[in-house]
Amino acid sequence: MVKVLKTKIEVEGRVHEEVVVIDGELPAPWDSKAELTIVGQPVPRVDGAERVTGQARYTSDIQLPGLLHARILRSPHPHARVKSVDISAAEALPGVRAVICHTNTAPIKWYRSSFLFDSTLRHVGDEIAAVAADSLEIASDALRLIKVEYEVLPHITDEQQANDEAAPPVWVDEPRNVIGGEPDIYKRGDVDKAFKDADFVVQATFRTPTALHNCLETHGSVAQWEGDNLTIWDSTQHIFGVRQRVAEKLGLALNKVRVIKHYMGGGFGSKGGAGKYTVIAALLARKAGRPVKLMLNRTEENLVTGNRDSTVQHIAGAVNKDGTLLALKLVGYANSGAYGGGGMPIAGPVQEMYRCANVYTESWSLYTNLGRHSAFRAPGFVEGNFALESLMDMMAEKVKLDPLDFRKKNYAERDPKANLPYSSKGLRQAYERGAEIIGWHSRAWADRPAVDATHPDLRRGFGMASQIWGGGGGPPAHAIIKVNADGTADVITGTQDIGTGTKTVLSQVAAEAMGFRLEDVRVHVGDTSLGVYAPLSAGSMTVPSMSPAVQMAALDVHKQILAIAAEVLGARASSLELKGSVITQRKGKKRITVKELMHGLSNYMVVGRGVRGPNDNSYAVNTFGCQFAEVEVDTATGQVRVLRLVAVHESGRVINPMTITSQLYGGVTQGMGYGLMEHRVVDHRSGIVLNPNLTDYKIPTALDVPLEIVGEMIDLPDTIATTTGAKGVGEPPIVPTAPAIANAIYDACGVRMFQAPISPDVLLDALLRRDQPTLVEQPARRELVPVSQLSDHEQEKGGDI
Amino acid sequence: MPNNPEANHSRRPVTLIVNDEQHTVYVEPRRTLLDALREDLGLTGAKKVCDLGQCGACTVIKGDRAVYSCLTLAVECAGQPIQTIEGLAEADPNAGSQLRLHAIQQAFIECDAYQCGYCTPGQIMAIKALLEHNPSPTLDEVKLGVSGNLCRCGAYPNIFRAALRAAEMLRIGG
Repeated sequence: MVKVLKTKIEVEGRVHEEVVVIDGELPAPWDSKAELTIVGQPVPRVDGAERVTGQARYTSDIQLPGLLHARILRSPHPHARVKSVDISAAEALPGVRAVICHTNTAPIKWYRSSFLFDSTLRHVGDEIAAVAADSLEIASDALRLIKVEYEVLPHITDEQQANDEAAPPVWVDEPRNVIGGEPDIYKRGDVDKAFKDADFVVQATFRTPTALHNCLETHGSVAQWEGDNLTIWDSTQHIFGVRQRVAEKLGLALNKVRVIKHYMGGGFGSKGGAGKYTVIAALLARKAGRPVKLMLNRTEENLVTGNRDSTVQHIAGAVNKDGTLLALKLVGYANSGAYGGGGMPIAGPVQEMYRCANVYTESWSLYTNLGRHSAFRAPGFVEGNFALESLMDMMAEKVKLDPLDFRKKNYAERDPKANLPYSSKGLRQAYERGAEIIGWHSRAWADRPAVDATHPDLRRGFGMASQIWGGGGGPPAHAIIKVNADGTADVITGTQDIGTGTKTVLSQVAAEAMGFRLEDVRVHVGDTSLGVYAPLSAGSMTVPSMSPAVQMAALDVHKQILAIAAEVLGARASSLELKGSVITQRKGKKRITVKELMHGLSNYMVVGRGVRGPNDNSYAVNTFGCQFAEVEVDTATGQVRVLRLVAVHESGRVINPMTITSQLYGGVTQGMGYGLMEHRVVDHRSGIVLNPNLTDYKIPTALDVPLEIVGEMIDLPDTIATTTGAKGVGEPPIVPTAPAIANAIYDACGVRMFQAPISPDVLLDALLRRDQPTLVEQPARRELVPVSQLSDHEQEKGGDI
Repeated sequence: MPNNPEANHSRRPVTLIVNDEQHTVYVEPRRTLLDALREDLGLTGAKKVCDLGQCGACTVIKGDRAVYSCLTLAVECAGQPIQTIEGLAEADPNAGSQLRLHAIQQAFIECDAYQCGYCTPGQIMAIKALLEHNPSPTLDEVKLGVSGNLCRCGAYPNIFRAALRAAEMLRIGG
């Protein structure tokens, strides 16, 4: 019987409703007592050989007969009007096959009131024209021959000034540059009263940087027309999303567009759908009558494909002497670029992390003449957690509690925002385990001694931070499984493996639920014409969305095979079991392998179907974790070395401890980069990004990563969240790293870090202010809770702006 | 690759010896070794990430040294042996269509020394050059050996483990 249900799902901190159609039996959950033999094993990646031999074909590697190479001409100005474009000289260059710009291309609507090739350019890097040629070199030559006349307009790139009355509007119909016209406000309880009544109020201002994803494979597409059928190879986290958008922009039916992505060199949130480059590749290919490859170069990648918003966050906390957290208040401003998709949830950690009855948050997302923001691994929460978890340590010090004890004292037993019980929460176990590994309770942390007499400038310290994030996934997510005549199975879904190990994990789930050997299973992903719909691989959704769908399809196969075997063997299906690709009678001698059974069926194909069932909306589904850092600070140079980083997280059941550990390493490494190194630098006067490359924008190298990273999971099957018990893990491990390091730096040398990245100059400046306050001009600080409004309560001085 | 006669007039023949095979390609003097490998020879294992010598994803071995093929012009490489990731594994006469992986490749799989895999060919070639010069590297020497190879997914700890394991496998095996 078909059921049509509605269910709420959370994606990257935002909740929306989906319809789910259930036709078939949803799986019984694998609880902690389930006897699983393949799920839970450290299975090496099923596509490892392709990756280590160079045989894995990424979008950038696609080669086709007659393939042309394309490049895009981009704005050199942060804000300008295009007066004229002359492409005639470019068109005349030998080897050039197509040139497109707004004068010869039908207008295609894009963001707000703008078009694919718009007459207004809103940041350095905006698209003006594009060329397809026989080689990349010729395409580059042709770009130089395009003549453009500009009317340069005033620009705004600084989020601190974007909201000023005098700031030039990025969009004429949004005069104060506020995305959505107003800030996103949330409140619960009575914050003002709590701040008046509290024993202590601690407040500070934190700044976080614009971080660039710098996926090693740049964004790009290869487009090929066969008649009016379009095939696109795209470096994307969502093949079905690319299909939808390309079909919409080009006025094509969905079945005329096929999107393929077999391997991808990193996405981290920035490859959520079709870009302008995708549509431009298709337009050039149609005009030239030949396939076109359009891969962005590194500079373009860092100007136009998205970034993590920089933020300024004014935050205040009210706490009682006994360590009870009474109130939290956050006013945050985010620099979201010219084509922002709405505010990232920077207030998420303040709203959700701890038990706190009184909360007020106000989040401003501002337009500026810079490349657009996009989701970047736990968007909003990484930024917000830096401020919250630093403030938590400041409050712990105020009430003279150990930072870990202070967090445990304010542990949320229910989701304080939705007022719902958690489906599971293993944070307490994670705290205990993390503290044990790093030696938290035996650390020397109060006296901050020099490391040894020969290095008087070195100081060591410990710090920690907590993490909350979604990661429960949800429908719609589909899978089908075909069993072949030789007893092997093809698992087919429209999801994508973006490097996280999806294919491997889904192979394990399919083999486990079917009762097949792992080597008899092959998972196919990344092709819209073969696969069934699957969601965006983001929001830590892939495993919790896809694994139950594959599990259901596999159980469908399992049931069908037993029914056929019962008929062939002359036994009751209920007397048979299927394990390791062999069907046996529990109390009897009859036995047949799946291979033998299928071989005797004249190419009959068993086909199983599965979908992801609805979420149980009477629970809050979250992932949790904590990280502990031990750092060494050189107070002479401002250099920070992370000696140890211990990451302990809970994301439900661990399907593959090997790939999950790699996720922890990756999150920690990017989190460390965010905390210590990564920073897009903009010259606000010219509106130019000064470091759109991998030399001047620093990402961690082999020599920068912590000397030791310990990654562990609290393996806690969450059968309310999903029928496999698994939740997502892609994003959680980046969330607590930077504040854990910042708190360790404070422990090491007694200076609070109000700014990330904590580069040597930032740290030296902070040390100078500590040691010689009279020599340093203290910048003005915004008081979120005006001192005048407080009675005679103590007031923490801290804060930097 | 379709040829346009006018655009070709500045092209010149260069003989490249890649993975022990000799190829003559016609390239403009400005064509990098990376583009020659990828576009002219169809060897797409070496990746173009920055095209500026900043990331190491294009690492190949020229002579006996790891080089950034995006900073090397194809015309500079005439007659010099080039090794790429495609030349590392050998056909295994006992395993049908399967390749016999090099110890470094095997170690990468066993140690999960990648996530997206895009930097992997460059990492492996950097480690191969390192082990040819120094068969028993310390952890710090491994780190230095791959310090010119960025991994955005952050697989570094497993890359170090894989390099050390491969060194051990090669010492035992050889």
